[in-house]
Amino acid sequence: MEFTFDLNTIWFILIGVLLTGYAFLDGFDLGVGAIHLFIKGDNNRRISINAIGPVWDGNEVWLVTGGGALFAAFPHVYATVFSGFYNAFMLLIFMLIFRAVAIEFRSKQPMQWWRNMWDRAFSISSILIAFLMGVSIGNIITGVPIGPDKEFAGTFLGMLTPYTIMVGITTVALFMMHGSIYLTMKTEGDLHETIRTWVNNAIIFFVIMYTTTTMATLIYYPNMTKHFVENPGLFIIAILNMLAIANIPRVIQRRKDFFAFLSSGAVIASLLVLFAIGIFPNLVLSNPNPEYSLNIYNAASSQKTLQIMLTIAMIGVPFVLAYTVSIYWVFRGKVKIDSSSY
Amino acid sequence: MDVEILARLQFAFTIAFHYIYPPLSIGLGVLLVVMEGMYLKTGNKEYERMTKFWVKVFALIFAIGVATGIVMEFEFGTNWATYSRYVGDIFGSALAAEGIFAFFLESGFLAILVFGWNKVSPKIHFLSTIMVSFGSMLSAVWIVVANSWQQTPAGYHIVGEGLNARAEITDFWQMVFNPSSMERLSHVLSGAWLAGAFFVLSVSAYYIIKNRHVEISKKAVKIALSLAIFASLFQLFTGHKSAVGISENQPAKLAAFEAHYDSSAPGTLYLFGWVNEDKQEVNFGIGLPGFLSYLIYGDFNTPVKGLNSFPEDQRPPVNIVFQTYHMMVAIGMGLIGISLFGAFLWWRGKLFDYKWYLYILMFSVLLPQIANQIGWVSAEVGRQPWIVYGLLRTSDALSKTVDANQILFSLILFIIIYLLLFVLFIFLLNEKIKHGPDDSDDTSSEYAHSKQLFSTN
Ligand code: HDD
Ligand code: HEM
Ligand code: HEM
Repeated sequence: MEFTFDLNTIWFILIGVLLTGYAFLDGFDLGVGAIHLFIKGDNNRRISINAIGPVWDGNEVWLVTGGGALFAAFPHVYATVFSGFYNAFMLLIFMLIFRAVAIEFRSKQPMQWWRNMWDRAFSISSILIAFLMGVSIGNIITGVPIGPDKEFAGTFLGMLTPYTIMVGITTVALFMMHGSIYLTMKTEGDLHETIRTWVNNAIIFFVIMYTTTTMATLIYYPNMTKHFVENPGLFIIAILNMLAIANIPRVIQRRKDFFAFLSSGAVIASLLVLFAIGIFPNLVLSNPNPEYSLNIYNAASSQKTLQIMLTIAMIGVPFVLAYTVSIYWVFRGKVKIDSSSY
Repeated sequence: MDVEILARLQFAFTIAFHYIYPPLSIGLGVLLVVMEGMYLKTGNKEYERMTKFWVKVFALIFAIGVATGIVMEFEFGTNWATYSRYVGDIFGSALAAEGIFAFFLESGFLAILVFGWNKVSPKIHFLSTIMVSFGSMLSAVWIVVANSWQQTPAGYHIVGEGLNARAEITDFWQMVFNPSSMERLSHVLSGAWLAGAFFVLSVSAYYIIKNRHVEISKKAVKIALSLAIFASLFQLFTGHKSAVGISENQPAKLAAFEAHYDSSAPGTLYLFGWVNEDKQEVNFGIGLPGFLSYLIYGDFNTPVKGLNSFPEDQRPPVNIVFQTYHMMVAIGMGLIGISLFGAFLWWRGKLFDYKWYLYILMFSVLLPQIANQIGWVSAEVGRQPWIVYGLLRTSDALSKTVDANQILFSLILFIIIYLLLFVLFIFLLNEKIKHGPDDSDDTSSEYAHSKQLFSTN
């Protein structure tokens, strides 16, 4: 397909930006959740929760807004995917509820059983959220059965193939790495040193999963590479991605935790860019009948709406960035527990 | 049970549960601004303790509002896919605008409001409080605009036919300022202020009765009562505006509000009654003949369009709409009564002298909550059988790929989880209230904190 830089493409990119922002930001919240149970001692666990305490809700708004933007720009995708993957999305919703509540409720009561219960809820929900998101991405790569009426024609269990499960686990590993690096920035003393050792394990876990998944993608889903074959220049993103991964252990070694965090953020962003280039211009690939795929044209809203939304985004996004940066600035530095903490 | 009933039940249940919390945070938000403003202005430590106490309550309410709001965001796609395709062009932009303009603002500044006491200057903290309050009202703006559009569509045209038909936007501002959006928005906001005001009134009255935190509570009562006086009167005004708007835009709904069947007769305004839908009459009712005509047209004899001029399959269920509507109005009148009586006592300098009045305040917290819920029921059920008024039927709006078992199963899970959540919420709220505003709120010391953590009240 000819590449034209029209409103539909802009919205493909903007939704990509929102979801990348989500993965970058909430990714570390989920990662902190995923390793939360490894952290021992009540005070340390409080530090872990308070490391994300002031920001996780704002981070989740990237998902909420991404969902809203998808609804507005590509309503057919929103409708097909959400109703087609009904059970998966319900599970995701329940997990998002549990996570929110666990963070809020955990430290409200001193009883050990109470805190253990919410610690588990926090951790399990974080892992499942990451996993389900990975599985959804996996399904978009493999394609799902879609009928001529734009409706999903598959089953819930059909979504879980070895490949999609692998993408799910890779996502969990990625966020674990990202989250543990984030925690190194937020902790000090013994806890900090312990988490530092976990970062290395998380990197190894991620690299193993990532290489296997990439190989599987190249072998079984060569459609993901067609734009790269046509435009070899794009390959630079894959190289940048590798460099970012390799950079993490290097800077962690030198205790430049902030740079390690930026690198793992760059890994997340470049992975999503590779994914987006791979599927473009489709949003949901139809398999086995590719002609029924939902793409940025047949699934989109009217040009007028895309234009209005672009205006809304141009007014709103500078504000969003300004708040995000200032909130992170206010809460920079190591976590200190005080009476307003969780 | 069939998919339609289940999907409607699920939507009604989840939105009604969500709607317990946002009105409280919108209302509390306004009061927090006043409380913290008073603190900054007077430097009185009591206002500071009051603000800090209510911020903690606010954070708890907000968290559950967020957790249940996510559900709503996805539910249009999961359960109402056909509807989503139909209205995405219009509804979607309002939902996205809500995210970009409102939720980011709210959640960002909430961090400073709750966790930032020692991190920013008092002025910046106050600014954050204002922003959170403003943001919470903005989220009401967009969602109510979207809902109003489906009540009174404007600024669109229909593209495609039959199963492929969908609404596309032609004029953004006409969509935003559709015929009902402004009056419904002001009514919803003012209902939220009432929810917040009576919540603070209730807890403060409880403290005064129990003789605890008395000085702080008296100040809080005065702040909240002022808001209640204004909002309860404003509620009547905006509710009336809504009803007049409905008489033009959704006459079938208005007829259902008052169980008015006969188009050639002037409208009766019922105080209460029970509608017999088969015989098309109101039993056990007391009504003021002609008053409905008067309220709408300023004349007692003008006929009001009745349900009989609509085909059977375009009428909403009448009794439930009638009952919920009348109960809401009754509660509205009750709240005006409670507020104005309070104003009278205050004027006479006897606001805190009568225990029975404090008891009324303590229990009245439920009234705005009930009115908010049933107000929506009357508005939404009164719009049936349409999901987009006059354009798309609710029964045509479902997801085609979702079957009854899937919805039933998720509905059961929602009920279980939400009930648990609600119990926990009440339990934690109760603990917070029992604990009360800290008498020695030394926020910076670890010691004060551990003391507060391990003592139960
Ligand atoms: C922005 C949209 C929106 C908002 C803010 C609300 N609703 Fe609604 N409601 C709908 C959009 C909607 C809908 C999607 O249009 C539904 C789904 C099925 C239907 O008939 O309309 C609906 C249905 C629906 C039903 C079922 C109606 C029936 O039995 O036919 C009830 C009882 C409520 N709603 C109640 C509420 C309550 C208590 C709300 C309080 C906040 C509320 N709704 C807000
Ligand atoms: C179907 C309709 C609705 C949807 C889709 C919806 C969606 C949401 C979502 C996704 C959130 C969480 C945002 C976050 O993560 O910070 C939320 C919270 C919130 N919503 Fe709703 N909502 C709906 C109805 C309403 C209504 C009717 C109001 C007010 C009149 C409202 C006001 C709020 C407010 C103030 C919050 C912030 C949390 C709180 O204060 O409790 N919402 N909503
Ligand atoms: C004082 C008398 C009142 C009158 C005359 C009145 C009138 C109305 C009317 C006509 C509607 C329907 C709007 C529509 O369908 O578009 C409505 C809806 C509603 N009312 Fe009231 N109301 C009153 C009091 C209250 C009170 C006290 C509350 C809550 C504290 C409340 C909360 C609501 C809500 C949440 C809705 C649904 C949103 C909407 O449709 O605007 N009302 N009211």
